[in-house]
Amino acid sequence: MIEVQNLTKRYGNHLAVDNISFRVEEGEILGFLGPNGAGKTTTMNILTGYLSATSGVTKINGFDVLEQPNEAKMNIGYLPEQPPLYLDMTVREYLDFMYDLKKCKLARKDHIAEICRLVKIENVYGRLIKNLSKGYRQRVGLAQSLIGNPPVLILDEPTVGLDPKQIIEIRSLIKNLGKHHTVILSSHILQEIEAVCDRIVIINKGVLVADDTASNLAEKYSNDRRLMVRISGSEKDVLNVLSSIPGVSAVVSQGEKEPGVFEFAIEPQEDTDVRREISTRVAARNWPIMGMRSMEMTLEEVFIALTREQIGKSKKGGRA
Amino acid sequence: MGAVFKREFKAFFTSPIGYIVIAAVGFFAGLFFYLINIVGFNPDLSHVFGSLFPFILIILPLVTMRLFSEEKRQKTDQALLTSPVSLTGIVLGKFFAAMLVFALSLMLLLVFAMIIAFQVMPDWSVIFGNYIGLLLVGGLVISIGLLISSVTESQLIAAIGTLGISFILILMDSLAAQFSTLTYLTTVVNFLSVSQRYGMFTSGIINYDDIIYFISMQALFLFLTVRVLDRKRWS
Repeated sequence: MIEVQNLTKRYGNHLAVDNISFRVEEGEILGFLGPNGAGKTTTMNILTGYLSATSGVTKINGFDVLEQPNEAKMNIGYLPEQPPLYLDMTVREYLDFMYDLKKCKLARKDHIAEICRLVKIENVYGRLIKNLSKGYRQRVGLAQSLIGNPPVLILDEPTVGLDPKQIIEIRSLIKNLGKHHTVILSSHILQEIEAVCDRIVIINKGVLVADDTASNLAEKYSNDRRLMVRISGSEKDVLNVLSSIPGVSAVVSQGEKEPGVFEFAIEPQEDTDVRREISTRVAARNWPIMGMRSMEMTLEEVFIALTREQIGKSKKGGRA
Repeated sequence: MGAVFKREFKAFFTSPIGYIVIAAVGFFAGLFFYLINIVGFNPDLSHVFGSLFPFILIILPLVTMRLFSEEKRQKTDQALLTSPVSLTGIVLGKFFAAMLVFALSLMLLLVFAMIIAFQVMPDWSVIFGNYIGLLLVGGLVISIGLLISSVTESQLIAAIGTLGISFILILMDSLAAQFSTLTYLTTVVNFLSVSQRYGMFTSGIINYDDIIYFISMQALFLFLTVRVLDRKRWS
């Protein structure tokens, strides 16, 4: 559906996007993640034809953005970082204008009314955009991107400026849209990406550093598979029992965390799941397990690990 | 193009600019009509057109100053440039919207012509020539204004820049007259001269080559505007 090959964008001698390639399949929601100035917005602007790439190929639904711009743009709904709103128009006039601008062929009244219902802006339909709050403006921007029911949606930080309730609404809306649309979503809110997206692309300083699902990423980049177990019992005995479990390569006591409850860090051998064995053996001794968690890296930790080295170095603030 | 034209034309009248332009042209046209034709018992409207001309040069930059600079500043150009409309379509839509506002502001002069027609037969060819001439020169100023507006985000700079360049174009002849010894310069200036060609229209003489000159000058500036917008994508 979306194909990006060796995309490079240079501003003078600042390399904003450096030779990135990725694909998005139909019906997929792709999260676009990166620190400020990583090149997220630049990439999105190139995908939508607002900017031209220095080199590389971008195809939307088979149409090259450079060679067949109008056909490609017909397939895209774009919500830029700052929604492109004409402040002196009412929501109705604005959506009408965008309908004409996008040469939409769907039944005008029904289509616009349906979008307004979807993003919940019916109650501000007749108001001037300049009098709307940031959250409503963001939603009008989202409404605009949905006009014409384009198969590809490109949303640049769609939940910025919304209150927590609206954020949840918009997220579930995007998730629903993902059933019938291909969506690229950029955000710097990791939980959002994790909650909404099927797959994640992380870019840093214009370079693509990861492209995988959230759980795969966390797994791939966590070399730490330790289990943390809290057991109520005598420290020494528990330690002995735990060390005797086959598949456990090391056990370290972390000390008394609650009265009579000790925490142990257990390092299993590769590709073995020792959790079952731990519970049965500990239960056999009548030591209650007070808690068990695996030390899997969260997406946040993966993200920080992937972008760490460069963050320190980057002094030049490019465009996000 | 149609959508841009419609929106732009409406925008002139949701902001005060459209009204200001029409009121200002109406005021000066009315003033000159009263002083020259009514008080001066003169059935010739061309003096009204002639006196109005410099004012129109000052007013037109107000029409064009907003057209691209404001889009850029509000980032609404992202909506335009990512829509399935060509750059040429966008530029032409804005051009024709500004032209329509300008043409509307000149409607009052038609009323004056009819008032005169009640008394004596006015020289319709002169009135017609003045109309065409003014529209063509105005179109030139508007196309220059579009170009300047596309290179700056500031409306003020766009307006002043357009005013400056338009005045230089109009006054080119008088400037060149200072260097009359340079014959080749005089030849070039005579060919390019806006005021000489406009002068033909005001005396009711409509030449094809003058019309073609103005239209191709407008096309040149509109083309440059498209190039500027396209260039921004690549930089």
